[in-house]
Order: sequence, then C-alpha cells, then structure tokens
Amino acid sequence: MKKVTERLKQHAEHGKRWVIALPMIWLLLFFALPFLIVIKIAFAESALAIPPYTELVTMAGDALDLHLYFGNFSFIAEDSLYLNAYLNSIKMAAISTALCLLIGYPMAYHIARAKPERQSILLLLILLPSWTSFLIRIYAWIGILKSNGVLNNSLLWLGLIDEPLAILNTNLAVYIGIVYAYLPFMVLPLYANLVKHDYSLIEASQDLGARRFTSFWQITFPLSRNGMIAGSMLVFIPVVGEYVIPELLGGSSSIVIGKVLWQEFFNNRDWPLASSLALIMLVLLMIPIHLFRKFQDKEWEDAK
Amino acid sequence: MKTRLNFSGVMFWLGMAFLYLPMLSLIIYSFNESRLVTVWAGWSTKWYGELFRDEGLMNAVWRSLEVAFWSANAAVVLGVLASVALTRFGRFRGRSMLHSLVAAPLVMPDVIIGLSLLLLFVSMTDLIGWPQQRGLLTIWIAHATFCTAYATVVISSRLKELDRSYLEAAMDLGATPAKAFVQVTLPIIMPALVSAWLLSFTLSLDDVVIASFVSGPGATTLPIEVFSSVRLGVSPKINALATLIILLVSLVTLVVWWLSRRKLKRAK
Repeated sequence: MKKVTERLKQHAEHGKRWVIALPMIWLLLFFALPFLIVIKIAFAESALAIPPYTELVTMAGDALDLHLYFGNFSFIAEDSLYLNAYLNSIKMAAISTALCLLIGYPMAYHIARAKPERQSILLLLILLPSWTSFLIRIYAWIGILKSNGVLNNSLLWLGLIDEPLAILNTNLAVYIGIVYAYLPFMVLPLYANLVKHDYSLIEASQDLGARRFTSFWQITFPLSRNGMIAGSMLVFIPVVGEYVIPELLGGSSSIVIGKVLWQEFFNNRDWPLASSLALIMLVLLMIPIHLFRKFQDKEWEDAK
Repeated sequence: MKTRLNFSGVMFWLGMAFLYLPMLSLIIYSFNESRLVTVWAGWSTKWYGELFRDEGLMNAVWRSLEVAFWSANAAVVLGVLASVALTRFGRFRGRSMLHSLVAAPLVMPDVIIGLSLLLLFVSMTDLIGWPQQRGLLTIWIAHATFCTAYATVVISSRLKELDRSYLEAAMDLGATPAKAFVQVTLPIIMPALVSAWLLSFTLSLDDVVIASFVSGPGATTLPIEVFSSVRLGVSPKINALATLIILLVSLVTLVVWWLSRRKLKRAK
C-alpha cells in the first residue's frame, strides 16, 4: 500500500492523464475500433479462405487498389427475409418494452412508496433473479411452456383445457421470455427516478382536492419521464438484437435479426453478410442509443 | 400512510410470482427421479451425482469461474478510473467520448459486440500475429470490456454521492490528490467496488453469445456448454446445475445484505 501511494505521489501531475487514458485506450481498442472493422468487412466479399473474406485494399504494382463491394447490401435489400427479420425484431422489441413498462411501473412505484427500511429488501428481491443465470431462467420456461410441461399439465388437471396449448415455439413464448428476462432492467431506473420525487407535491394536490389517480397522472407520471425513457431504452435496444430467447423459446417462424445474423455467421460462414446485417442494425439503433446516452449524461451532470 | 392492498401492491406481488415461480419449478424438478422432466416419479438426488460426474461440464465450470474472476478484476480497475474521470475531473477533452464509450456497451446487443470483437481479433492476428489463438484470453478481453461499463455505472453513482469535504480535509492536511484518493475515497467506496465486482463476475459467468463468437477450440465456457445441451431439450442434469446456481447466488446475496444491514444498524 505504502509503495503504491509513493508511486502515485510521484506521478501526481501525470496521474490525472493516466486515469483518463487507461480506460479510454482500452475501450477505444476493444469497443470502438471493432466497429470500424465491422464496417470494413461489410464491404468485403465472402471468400473460401481463412479468414473467409476478401481484402479491401490490395497492392496492384505500386498503387493501392481499393475494392469496395456493395453486393452484401443489395443482397439484403432484395431478399425480403432480411427486411422481415428487421421489422419483426423492432416490433418484438417495441411490444416487449411496452409490456415491461406496464408491469414494471406499478412494481417500481410500490417499492418507491414502501417504508425506507423495506425498500432495500424489495429491491433485492427484484434483482436476485437477474444475478442467477439468464440462460437458465430462460431454460426454465421451456419446462413450463412445452406441451407436456408444468403449465399445460396444471391446466389439464384443473380441467380448464381439454388438450395441451401450444405455447412453446410461438411468438407468445418469446414475449414471455423477454419480459421475464428484462423486467428488472425496467424496474430499476424507474425506481431510482420515483424514489427521488418530492411527496409533498402529491399531498399538496390532494389537499387541493385532487383524486389519487388525478394527482398521480398529473404529477408523478410526467415527473417520471426520464426514468421511463431510461428503462425503455435498456429494454428496447438489447431486445432488437436478442438471440438466445427467440432461439430457445421461439419456433422456426419467429425470425428475428439476431438469429439471422447468427446463422449467417456460424452456419453459412458468411462473415461479410453478417457484418452488413450488424452494421444496418447499428444504424437503426443509433437514435435510441443516442437517447439513452443523453439521459445518462443528464444523470452524470446532475452529480455536479 | 397506512398499509393496505392497493393496485401497485397487487401488481408488485404478481410480478414477484412471475419472477420466482419458474425458478421454483426448476428447483423442484431437479429432484425428480424420472428422466422425463415433466413427469413426477418421486424424489431423488441422482441428477446431482450425474452432474458432478460429467467431466466436460465440470471443466467448463472451472474455466468460466477463472474467466469471470479475472474479468471482474479488470472491470473494477478500469471502472474506478473511468468513474473518477467522469465524476471528479469536471470538463476535459474527450470526456464526452469516454462517456459514450462507457454508456454504449450497456445497451449494445450481444451479437454486435461478439461479432465486432471477433473481427478485431482476426484482423489483429493477421496484422501483428497476436492473439495467436482464440480462447480464454480473448473471452477475458471481451468480458472485461463490457463489464467495465457496468462497473462504471455502479462505482460512479457512489462516487457522485460522496461528501467532498472528506477529501478536502485530507488535502488540507497535506495529502496529494492521489494519496487522498487511496486513503480516504477508496475505503469509503469499497462497498460499491464489491458490488461492481460481483455484478461483473455474474455477468461474465452468464454470457453465452459474446463468448461463442470470440472463443476458440477447447475453450468452451459453462454457458456455451449449457446452451448447446439446452438446445437439444430439457435435461434434469441442467436442472440440478440451475438449482445449485440459484442457491449459491441467493446465499451470497443474503450474506452481503445481512452484513451491510448490520453495518448500517451499528452506524446508527
């Protein structure tokens, strides 16, 4: 410890620079630079080689020869499979985000209104499932939803249905899985927002004769806008690219872009096409990511 | 305020049931005698025995723990640095860029992170001959990168609330900023470091998509192993594994919660 402090003292002036540079260099190298390479490979041609794509820049005599290939994009544009996959993913993400908001808002509200000493345990109960394995929690739903699974067996036993419902391998199963896995990501930012609200505003409005619902709708709801945006983005953006849940719970008919990208990469070994698909997804997600970042910035600004 | 059953309370407990019932069913069926997971054939612990005898799975557990341990270490170090820069340094050149770099991995779809990192590693091998082979090292780099984002959120939210007067007092007494940070700030934010470490550890332990992209031959982690077996259908062995994971996580969480509560009570 002593040694560390001595060293830090020596570098007092340079210290600040290193504190910034270290995480910056790491993230530039391993997070930002890879995107540039995705862009590069998106304009390459698939080839039977290792790695399986052509070089963009080749030396032709003394001159550099730049060869950009737009075939991947025209291929994506022409095949309706890809367009449908994008639209399907966006639709799925939008509906699951709305469902998470509908279920998560009352839950977050309940925690924020609980007694302070109870809040931490309630929050813990929300978070605990997400600390266990995501994969295993999705797997749990296979056992519940399949035709001879827990749900169908219980419903049959209760006499509510005569034959098993086909839920597994449908879009419904995917929605259940997504809402299940992403609900905590909605509740958390909403709670963080709701807990900061000044309760005296509500009391004042109620003193002035507002009904409980009116004061909620006119005061609490608009004030929680930032929390709703943060939670929605935390759900919407990753769900657009979700692969594991549609793969395990959805059928062959639930075609989403994450699954298509995975298949192009691992099954067809078409790296350039997979890169083009990723690049288009990234462009589509630009606006929501920007929104999310802006919100985060506000949070960090508030700190000062 | 009196406690009574209201709309949000009902929704909360319904949501809780939704979150916990699937896990409960996993636990119950892990003790099922029958191979057919959904037909109940009496209590048995034989699947736990089978689980521990499955060498491939057990090796994958150790590999995953190793990767998660080192990823969490790297993420906390990088996360502390990034948090200090973002919350303490005011405005500096590149702040907005650092901020984007830290915020974007939180929402970036796994398939994009995985694909882009794989392409980076392949290009690097082409250009400078490193990394020679993809495996645990490349998974560690990938996990450390996205875990840094989460660690930064956890640590910086604690750093923001920190009372600056402690630091100022230390510096008034002649400590350099670095010394004041190590001796004053670090001990205060230690709980945040612990939770950032635990979060990074579990995130790394849980990742299947990114690891599938950047892993190489012989470097299958536990989630990759579980995923390939789950794709083939339900297996009681996986239920046994799931039960152990759920129990372990619950236990660690309870202990951490109990310790922090006791500390809070003492402080009062």
